[in-house]
Order: sequence, then structure tokens, then C-alpha cells
Amino acid sequence: MGSFDELEQIREQALVDLTGASTTAALEAWEDRYLGRKGEITLRARTVGQLPQENRPAFGQRVNEIKRLLVQAYEARAEEISHAELETRLATEAIDVTLPGRPVTPGHLHLTTQALRELYAIFGKMGFEVYEAPDVELEAYNFDLLNIPEYHPARDMWDTFWVKETGEGPSNRRLLRTHTSPGQIRAMRERCPEPIRVILPGKCYRYEQITVRAEHQFYQLEGLAVGRGITMTDLIGTIAQFARMFYGPDRTVRVRGSYFPFTEPSVEVDTECILCGGKGCPVCKYTGWLEVAGAGMVHPVVLENGGYDPETWSGFAFGFGVERPSMMKYNVQDIRWFYGNDLRFLRRF
Amino acid sequence: MKIPLSWLNDYVEVADLDIGELRQRLDLAGLEVGSIEAIGYPGAELPWDPERVMTAAVLAVRPHPNADRLVLVEVDYGGAEHEIAVTGAPSLYARKGQTDLNLKVAFAWEGAELYDGHAEGFIKARLKKTQIRGEPSRAMVCSEKELGLSEASGDIIYLPDDTPVGVPLVKILGDYVIDFEIKGPFGHLQSVFGIARELSALYGRPLKRDPLATAEALGLRVVSQGDAFEGTGFVDLAIADAKLCSRYTATMIRNVEIKPSPLWMQMRLQRVGVRPINNIVDITNYVMMELGQPLHAFDYAEVRPRPGTAQPTIVVRPAAAGEQMATLDGELRTFDDQMLLITDGQGAVGVAGVMGGLDSEIGDDTRDVLLEAANFNFLNIRRTGQKLKLTTEASTRFGKRVDPELTLPAAARAAELMRDLANATIDPVVLDLYPGKPEKRTIVYDPALANRLLGMEIPRAEQMRILRALAFDVADTGTEWTVTVPSYRLDVGLPVDLVEEVARVWGYDRFPETLIDEELPPLRRNHALEAEEHLRDLLVGLGLDEVISYSLIDPQEEGRLQSEPGVPLSLPGACVVLQNPLAPERSLMRRTLLSGALRTAWANLRYLDRVAIFEIGRIHYHVSAPDAATGETGVAEPRHLSMLMTGVRNPTWWQGGAATAEKLDYFDLKGVVDALLERLGLTAKVQWARPAVGQCHPSFHPGRCALVSVGDRALGVLGELHPRVREAYDLPEQPVLALEWDLEALLEAADLADAEKRIGWLSPHAPVHEDLALVVDEALPAVTVKRTIENAGRPLVTEVVLFDVYRGEQAGPGKKSLAFALSYQAPDRSLSDRDIEKLRGRIIKTVEKELGAKLRGG
Repeated sequence: MGSFDELEQIREQALVDLTGASTTAALEAWEDRYLGRKGEITLRARTVGQLPQENRPAFGQRVNEIKRLLVQAYEARAEEISHAELETRLATEAIDVTLPGRPVTPGHLHLTTQALRELYAIFGKMGFEVYEAPDVELEAYNFDLLNIPEYHPARDMWDTFWVKETGEGPSNRRLLRTHTSPGQIRAMRERCPEPIRVILPGKCYRYEQITVRAEHQFYQLEGLAVGRGITMTDLIGTIAQFARMFYGPDRTVRVRGSYFPFTEPSVEVDTECILCGGKGCPVCKYTGWLEVAGAGMVHPVVLENGGYDPETWSGFAFGFGVERPSMMKYNVQDIRWFYGNDLRFLRRF
Repeated sequence: MKIPLSWLNDYVEVADLDIGELRQRLDLAGLEVGSIEAIGYPGAELPWDPERVMTAAVLAVRPHPNADRLVLVEVDYGGAEHEIAVTGAPSLYARKGQTDLNLKVAFAWEGAELYDGHAEGFIKARLKKTQIRGEPSRAMVCSEKELGLSEASGDIIYLPDDTPVGVPLVKILGDYVIDFEIKGPFGHLQSVFGIARELSALYGRPLKRDPLATAEALGLRVVSQGDAFEGTGFVDLAIADAKLCSRYTATMIRNVEIKPSPLWMQMRLQRVGVRPINNIVDITNYVMMELGQPLHAFDYAEVRPRPGTAQPTIVVRPAAAGEQMATLDGELRTFDDQMLLITDGQGAVGVAGVMGGLDSEIGDDTRDVLLEAANFNFLNIRRTGQKLKLTTEASTRFGKRVDPELTLPAAARAAELMRDLANATIDPVVLDLYPGKPEKRTIVYDPALANRLLGMEIPRAEQMRILRALAFDVADTGTEWTVTVPSYRLDVGLPVDLVEEVARVWGYDRFPETLIDEELPPLRRNHALEAEEHLRDLLVGLGLDEVISYSLIDPQEEGRLQSEPGVPLSLPGACVVLQNPLAPERSLMRRTLLSGALRTAWANLRYLDRVAIFEIGRIHYHVSAPDAATGETGVAEPRHLSMLMTGVRNPTWWQGGAATAEKLDYFDLKGVVDALLERLGLTAKVQWARPAVGQCHPSFHPGRCALVSVGDRALGVLGELHPRVREAYDLPEQPVLALEWDLEALLEAADLADAEKRIGWLSPHAPVHEDLALVVDEALPAVTVKRTIENAGRPLVTEVVLFDVYRGEQAGPGKKSLAFALSYQAPDRSLSDRDIEKLRGRIIKTVEKELGAKLRGG
């Protein structure tokens, strides 16, 4: 039965050929040749009808078996080839993953904004709300109501830019605020008789020759708490909390006597120098300490000017420059970089 | 204010204290120490080796066998044998041949480090064993320069005759000069004695010397009535206004011998920063530093009587307006009628409390000295100093309030020193007019106040101890005490001032930390600030760098922003101008943020090829009269927003190709703004207007500028800078895109948009996309066409995106074709062809009718 032999030869040949087909194209050609419409197996299947009746079932069955076998072999081979081809493609698609990415230009928040936000967040945790006051101030708010009358030597602590006035009386002179403290009076007058817990950020101005350490414009942050039982130890605790959150958890602070006309008693709060850790270095002038804030208990005259009776109310206030901590933290050599807006500087933050 | 520790030690024992511990104590008590300069001690510029630099006595001076200009000195340095040293010191050379000497000197052994006395400047050198002209030399007698005490190198330094021999020099001349930076107007801390008094209280150590008793010790007779003294005195004295001059004490010192003051005094004065002049002037300065009372010495011969009388006269009176006098510094000064003068019988001889007159200055031929110790009103002195722009040691001290009780003790102390150091005689009668003697000041003090304010208990007994140590007289009258304030504590007037005294001496280092333990104030959000910060985040996210520029600007900036000289910027209100600017370029408050943005661009383009920045900040302008009663400043300070972009669009990139050369243009800034408006929910609410001819913002390109508003509220301008303005700011020839908006208006609009925002539905069905090209008039803004389509297609048109603008033959002259990609979508179903056809028909009909648009190819 030559046709059976032939069938087996085709099977053998087909399997040999399949092993030789190593690309998708060769595989397709193989499929055409053996399993396609005019393929060897298909053609053999068609010859079943020409066979003697008694041979037909056996032959037909065999053809089908071989076909199934070849299809299985084909599928397995196809899987192998496609896998190999994918591997090859992936290999050729390799790139230098260290090449610079397509540029996206990021923006940067000004260093002062970042510092202020940090301060807002820390004092916000302690219940302090941000309260803003004007840059151009009345002399009365910047000085007199803060217990600093005209010609008083305490005024020497602030070199002042005065606004050119046209005709108004001397009691209404205006200036660029030399500190954020006038906001204390504004907050108190607005909020009285509520208790108060506010921070007052803002641009301040001083008639000062501009150098690497001094600017005529800078930011300050003031804090004010007024209540029926606010104390000096509360003040110390609040600033110590702040110092630990801002400068690091292990900071120790020290409090020493000082003078401000609008606080009594007045203190200054220092923390260990962040650069030398208290050993002494040029930044801390070899004292081991850096000034954190000037502070004190709100002077009774100021409380009264704000509308609060000092017999029953008390308060504390503190204030400090916003740029200084950043300058120390980042070793910023020149304060003029802040508002001269050198982008090479600002983009570093 | 510099004070040598050795001087303090005259008044209170401090020499045994560790200098670091002392500093800490002073700092904590509010006597802030700026720095401490060591002299001779470890830590000094030139520490003196205690083993090698010591005191010694020169016993004999012999000729040098081989050198005419040198001598050999025999020195007793306390060792077993005397040492022979070689020197050329002129004062020793002059004693060549003398052998019975006992001159105390500073003596240095080989190995000691000293300054080279012959070199320029201060060069350190180690003393070596050598030979000088054949004579062995291993030690030397030192000059001030060699020890680093001064620049004087001409001769050696001599120590007082009673100086022991063989003692480390540092024990005799070593010192620490403490530079105090005491904040606040504290007259009582402006002197050696004042600080000593504080140290006495801080350490609980008694004062060694009471300078207030000097007058008694000298046996001076104080006469306080001018007329009781008629005919026997040296001067007639009168005070015109006791409020301006509360006390005037005149002392007469006769037959003074003008010469340099002794080394110890010169050295102390140098250490506090005063240049020695002669003994009389030095003594007035010395006593001022020591006690805090400014003194003035007149040459008595130059104090003139009134016409027709014999006795010289001193009258303290306000100047006549326009009155003139030459002050000691040689300046001719003109006074107003509030300035206080010291006058003699014929005119001004001094500006009270500020500076003496030139004519009555102490000179080498002065024989008799009239010594003034007076007290003047501190505010008046400060005013005079400020008006005359004249600040002196005296005016600074008076300006911080001086205790009027000090005049007599200070005069007596100075007289005593003049007697001792100028061989003078003190006139036994002192004239002392004291019309402004202040009342005793008492404070009713409840020690419980300290506990209430401090938050901790300081026992009553401790409070009392502290107050008494500070010389407050405390009468324990029950719950409340009556506290009498020492005359010199002019800073203390309220009970709370006593709390501070108690607290600072008790020591803040002993205070515990607490946190506020009471009701919270009503909590409020600061919405304005939150919105501002949100906007900052958005803009940074859009790739812009934040800047903060100067509020004070050059008055020429506003002009520089004009493209046509005759067309001013329309800025609000009137400018806030400074009366005393630092410099003209920082003399007025900005009314626009644009100049700051342009300055920043200019400054940065020197280093960078791309600037994309924004600023959020206040502008300032006058709106009304100020009113201190209400707190109204009369100046509006609205927040503005500016943006600026210029330079290359795409940073250099390895696949950048030609795109790297592209410059930012109008649509880059517009894109940022579009994105910003989208985030603020304002995309559909903003009106974009192209300014009519002549209505453009003068800083901008008239054809590339948009006026933006929401509702009836203007936001501001956005566009490309006018080429002339760009040139005025010296910016390169490339588009400079800028924006300035009213931030308050923008944030209010965003708030409202947020309040009105309603979401409704999100469709689960796939949208249908369709393109629509419309031919319209060239002048018709694209945004109008887009919004007309959106309105006509509402609610099923969910997106309208312009994807092409075509001008040319097919559109026709004066026309343009705008191609939009539309998305159709319904909430509840897939749209059918019929739906879409209907929708398209409605849109086309509307744009034809409202805008005269034609469907291209339709």
C-alpha cells in the first residue's frame, strides 16, 4: 500500500522541514506546503475518495492523525519562533537608559516662600493663624502705640524710611514698617475681646546700607498670643517647641534678658549653633549660640493700646527674620541674592 | 561700649571669675556681650608667655663697648643673677652711666613671642639668643608695640614704681576688654560703675568703692543757691528752664599743669576706644566712662562776664533762633529755639550735652579749669543731636538718660583726679544748682504679679532679696510692697518693670517650659493667603520660577515702561514716595510689578538663556488721607500677579534638533495662562479683548496684547512687550512675554467659579468625533467662534478644540478658516447619526447667523 508509505514519508519529511523553519516566513511556507489548501496532507486527504472502499477508513484516519500531529508540531514551533523573534527584537531595541530625558522645565518657589510655609506649618500646629498687616504703616502703629514715643532713644533701634507727606498733620505721619510688630496692634484692635494666637509675616524695610549681611528689605515673622493666663514659661515653651521642629529635635535653647520697648520682661532666645553644635565658630561669633527670636511679655501699655486690660489679660510676642535661618542652613553668603532674584540661586531650592 | 575687666575690678571683685562664665552670666541677665578681647591672656592676638614675659627692674645702664647708639642694661628679673640686655631705647640711652636705678619694665626672655618693633605693621617674631655688636643677648626690655599694646615703638614701656619684680606681665597688664551690646536706652548701664553695680547684684558681691562719697571725702562745700555765694565765687550761674536742665554743678580747679596723663589712664582710655589728649581732657573722658556722667572742662580764662560785671557768668538757656557758634570740631553751627546752649556773659560757649565751643577749649596754656557736670533733658538732647546731625559720647549718654544725682560725685571724682594728676588745687566751694530735683519714685508692687506673668513661682523672699541687691528700697507693707526706685533706674516705673528685674536676676535658665494652657481663640482660616499659596503652587507646576522683588523702585521705572513718551501708564492712585530714600533708585513704592519682572529678566539673561518667572506681591498707592484714630493708612496695597517669559523655548537636548533654537512667543505665555485658568475653573468665564487702536497698555505690542476680564472686573493685561520698552530695559531682540493682573480680582473670580461649579454627569458612552472647518472674517477672534459653537451645541458638544488656522486662496481675501475638532456625547445613550446631523445643523446655522461664518467646503 504505497500510499500509506507515502503518507508516512510526508510526515517524516514535514517534521524534518519544520525543524528547519526558523522564521515566521519559513513557517508560513511550511504550513502552505503541508497543511495549506494545496498542501501535501490536504491533497492526500482529498485522494481518499479514489481509494478502494475497504482502505478508505484506515487511510482517512491516518491522514487525520498525521494532520493533527503536524498542526500540533506547527503550533509548538510557531510559539518557539515567535518567542525567539521577540527576544531578538527586544535585543535590538535596547537604548542607553542614562541619556537625558525629554526636558520638562520645573518651576521653583522662592526660598523665602518656602521658609514662610515651613513657619506657617509649624506655628499652625500650635494654633497660630496667619494675620497680615500693611507695609506702609502709620507712625503711631509702628512706634507710638508700641510704647516708642517720638525722639525716644528706643527709636534708634530702627532706621526708618519715611513717606513723603503732603499736608497731613504730624500725628498721621507714615513710614515703611520697620518690623512686623505694628500688626500686633492691628490684630488686637480687630480681635478684642477674643483671645489671640496669630503669626504676622511680612516685608519690612530699614534705612540700612546694603551689604552682604544687610538688606533694606527683608521678611520678618512675628508671633502674638493674648489670653487671660499667658505666661513667660508659655513663651519659652512655644519658642523651644518651634526651635526643635525647625532646627532639629535635639536642640537646646537658652533664654536671656533683653530689651524691647513693647515687651516687659523682654528676652532673647538662642539655640545651639547649627553649624558647630555649640562649640563655637565664626557664624556664632564663637559663642556657640545663635539667636532664634527676640521676645517677651506684651508690655501693659501695648495691651492697653490694643484694647485689653492688663490687669486681667496678658500676652507674649516674639519676632525674627525669615532669611537668617535659611542663610545659615544653606550657607548663603549674600542676602542680596534673595531679592536680587538671581535665578541661579533661586533654582537651587 | 568697651569696658576692661581690670577697671570693673576696681569696683567689684571679678578678677577671679572665669571669663566664659562671666560672659554667660552677663548675657543671661540682659547685658549682652558682643565680644571679648583678651590682652596678654590666652586667646589674645599676642598671648604673653607667663614664663618668658615678666616684670623686671632696670638697675643700671652701661655703655655698649662696640656701639655708640646702644647701651647695656642690668636687669633684676627676680632670678638668682641679674641679666644684661642690649637696648637702644632712647629713655634708657639717656641714662647711660647711671647705676642706682630701679625702673620697672616689661622684660622678655628668649623663646617669647612678641611683635617685631622694627617691622611695619604687627609681625610676630620669636625672641632668639643672639649677639648684638659682639655682646650676647637673650632677653630684652619691651616697647608697647612689641607687646601689642599700641603702635608706639619709639621707647620702652615703664610700669609703676611699686610693681613687683619677676611677676608674669599678664598679671599686671593683661586684661579682658568686654564689648557690651546692650539693647535699649539704659543710662545706668553706660559706665564701668553701672556695670559693676549689676555684677555686684548678680554675684552678691559688695561694691569695693563708692564713688558717690568722693565729694564728702574731699571736704567740698556745696552751695546750691547762687545768691548765698555772692562775691566769693568764681562764676554766676543760672538755669533758664529746669525742665531742660535739671541740674548744673560747677567746680573750679586752679593752677592745672597740662601734660599727658599717666600710662594707666591712657591705657584704659585706649581700651575703651578714647584717644588720650592731655590730662585734663582725659580725666573728663575717664570719669564719663567710669561713672556715666558727661563732663565738660572750660578754660576759665575764656568764660566772659556780662558787660558791666566782673564775675564770669554761665547761663543755660534755649538758643535764639538762628544763633550761631563754632563747636569744638571747628564747624559753625546754627541753632533753633528749642536747642539748649551753655552761654557765658556774652554768648554761647557750648551746645548743652552735645559739644563744647571752640573758643573755650582747654589748651596747653590753660591755667584754671571750670568743670561742668550737668544734667539735661534726654529728649531735648536727642532732638538737638538729630537736628544738628552731631553725635558725641556725651550726647549719646544724655540721650539714654543720666541720673541727675551723678553730677556732684562725678565732678568731685574729676576734681580729685585733676588734683592728683595735674598738680591742681580744688576750689573748696562747689556751686550746684538743682532746680529739677526729681521726686522719689515709688511703685506699689504685688509679688504675685511676677508669678502671674512668669508662670512660675519665685518666692517672695527671693524677690525681695533680688530687688534689694539691685538697690531698690523695699518696704514690706503686707501683700503689696512699696518699692522705692534708685535714682539712676530711670527705666523702671511700672510693677511689670520690677518683674523683669526679678526674672533676669533669678535667671531665665531656671525657667521651665510650658505650653499655653487655656481656651483656644475662635479658629479662622486665612482664605486669602491659602488662595495665594495655591496659585503659587499652580504656577510653579507650570514651570515658572517665583521671584520676590524690591517694593522700592526707581522713579524712572514707570517712564521706562512707556513706549511713547506722551502716553503714560494708567496706574492707580498717587505714588507713595519716600522722604529719605537710601538712593534715588529706591525712592518710591511700586505701583506695578512689571518693572521688577523686567529688571529680573535683564539681570538673569546675563547668565541664562531662558527666563520664566512670576511674582505675587503688593503694589502700593495713595487713596485717601491717613487717620491714626481708625488705623487707616490711606494707602491701598492690593496684591498683583506678574509673569514674564523670554528666551529659548526648549532647553538644549540631544534630540532637540532645530527646536532648540526656537524662542518663546506669545502662545507660550498664553498656554501657561490657559492652563492656569483651567485649573481655576475660569476657562469659560474669562473675556479676552484685543485692545482698540490707541487703547493698548503702553508697555505692550498693540497687535499682540490682550485685555483680560471676568464679568465686569478687569484682570489685567497679557502680551508681548513693546519693542521700545524691551529696548529701554536693554533686553535682547527676542519676544518678551509679560502679564500683570489684579490678583484680588483673579482669586475672587476663581472663588466664585468654584462656588458655582456643578458636575452633573459623566457619560459612560463613547464620544463621537467630528471636524468642522469654518471660514470667518480675519478680525473675528477665535475664542468667539469656539464659544458660539459650544453654546449652540450645549449640552451634547462636550469638547471643541481648534486644530488648524488657514489663510489663503481657499478661504478668500480678508478671511480665515478655523478648523475645530468636536466631540459629541450624551449622558444616557450612544448618539445616533440622526442626533449628530441635527446637532451639526444647529451649530452651522448658529455660526452662520451670528458670526457670518461659512462651512468650508460645505
